[in-house]
Amino acid sequence: MTWKERRAAARREDASYENWSGGYRPYDLVKEASIAFGVILALTVVLAILFSSPDEKPTTVKSWARTDPVDFVTTATTELDGSSGTGGYGPPYNHAADGQHIGPIRLQKWFGVSHPVDTAQDFVLAPLRSIPGDPTLQNAVSTYQNASASQQSAWTTAYEKALGNASATASGAISLKSGNYGPLNVMMPRLLSFAQSGGLDGQLLTSKQFYQTDYTKPLLFIADGGLLANRADAEHLSGDQWGMMNETGSYPGQVWLWLYTFWYQIKPFTSSWAANADIAVMAVMGVLSLLFVCIPFLPVINRIPRWIPVYRLIWRQHYRTASS
Amino acid sequence: MSVTQPPAESSKSWTLRVRERAVAALPPEKLLADKQPTYVASWIYVFGVLSLTSLAVIILTGSILTLKGPGWWHFTGIGHFFNSMHLWSVELFFFFMVIHLWGKYWMAAWRGGRKRVWITGAVTFLVAVPCALTGYVSQQNFDAQWISTQAKDAMNSVGIGAFFNLLNFGQMYSYHVLLLPVAVVALVVIHVLLVRKHGVVPPFRISERMAAFQSRPASPADADLSSSHEVAS
Repeated sequence: MTWKERRAAARREDASYENWSGGYRPYDLVKEASIAFGVILALTVVLAILFSSPDEKPTTVKSWARTDPVDFVTTATTELDGSSGTGGYGPPYNHAADGQHIGPIRLQKWFGVSHPVDTAQDFVLAPLRSIPGDPTLQNAVSTYQNASASQQSAWTTAYEKALGNASATASGAISLKSGNYGPLNVMMPRLLSFAQSGGLDGQLLTSKQFYQTDYTKPLLFIADGGLLANRADAEHLSGDQWGMMNETGSYPGQVWLWLYTFWYQIKPFTSSWAANADIAVMAVMGVLSLLFVCIPFLPVINRIPRWIPVYRLIWRQHYRTASS
Repeated sequence: MSVTQPPAESSKSWTLRVRERAVAALPPEKLLADKQPTYVASWIYVFGVLSLTSLAVIILTGSILTLKGPGWWHFTGIGHFFNSMHLWSVELFFFFMVIHLWGKYWMAAWRGGRKRVWITGAVTFLVAVPCALTGYVSQQNFDAQWISTQAKDAMNSVGIGAFFNLLNFGQMYSYHVLLLPVAVVALVVIHVLLVRKHGVVPPFRISERMAAFQSRPASPADADLSSSHEVAS
């Protein structure tokens, strides 16, 4: 049989399944749907009563600055010199990098900076400028802003190095050995106090309008620090723990994301492709999703149900009746 | 009083054409069928209707949460209870939908001109994933913080983050309570209408004897039902 004849035969066979001309039996669609709705509603109520749902309080900048002041000040200093995760992120936040790519395909770069974030200005300098009645602080900020880039870098580098051995005092301040930190000696402790008072939470949300629903800046700032990641690690939510498909506690979470999360656990996504792992995973999942939708048209995949006769189990009553 | 005949132009009426096509494709006895083929006799068929009813509970509990606003469930017991119902109905929805999809795969349910039934079902699953994700990042708790800051990298890497910002609560909440649920429900409606139109896929014929069996009514009573069905279709 030629390829064309086989194709024509397959079409005829497929068409033969269009209509059912065998037997029928009475069926109450509305009754079945109503009973199913009642059962699912009752099951949901029982599950809600038995297992409830998780609701861990969010991390605020205030709670972060109070819980781990050294980590807060270290992160804020990296925001000031642009060496933080967000500072070097690239699109859609800034132009510090091109972002991820697969060969010449640079979608992250091509879509551009849609949510501009200047980490030094937005997370440190502007909040410090908003603190009233503190001329010493304002002079320190002016000194920092008017200094050359190399001088600023020398101050932040020295400060970050000292923070490596810093400790928190009983009052929540930080203690670090003396050095040539320039105006940072005034700026960073003031920013810490401002954050511990809750002022920075509000400041990071401030925009041109009264109402605000965009948490991009505070979330990026908090995520650059260590507290959020430490909490996530303790709750088995880190990337190497099958990440965000899990949920706090023992709740099932988004188990339907298992295949997406799976790729982040294996090579080469964790090794040679690590720098571009996100776009690689999205590409793989995009292709797999397309194949999933197109299963009826995929030559081998659409024949497997004929070769592995699970259908004999599904329609066993029908086949039993037919053979008798 | 005399009955006026419809004008000849009525055949060009858009309304009439839509109605005629809709009724021809899905006559009432097909849309709300009171009979089904004898081969529909397996527990696997239950998972389709369970997916649908789980979706109905999701919409019901989600509507109650929407009526009270996004913060309500954090500080009231009854709000937390409805949030729990919403969560568990979502878990059930995905669980039932996955089993339903696997069942349909092993039946090769796209046979006999039913490819669009499979496609709409598969796309519904794919659209339901971001619908759930936007719910998780709209929770306003630690889970929302962690999931949004982690998932943003994947979105940003392919440029989606430029217009779909997981860190923007207002945008995610809008997607979760309106845009994506409307898309899911629309897809489910199309999927169900296609199922009603084409019927449930018949079993594979595994022999000539089976072919003969499947092409004739099983009993006189069935013959009546079968013939009325064919007339209707």
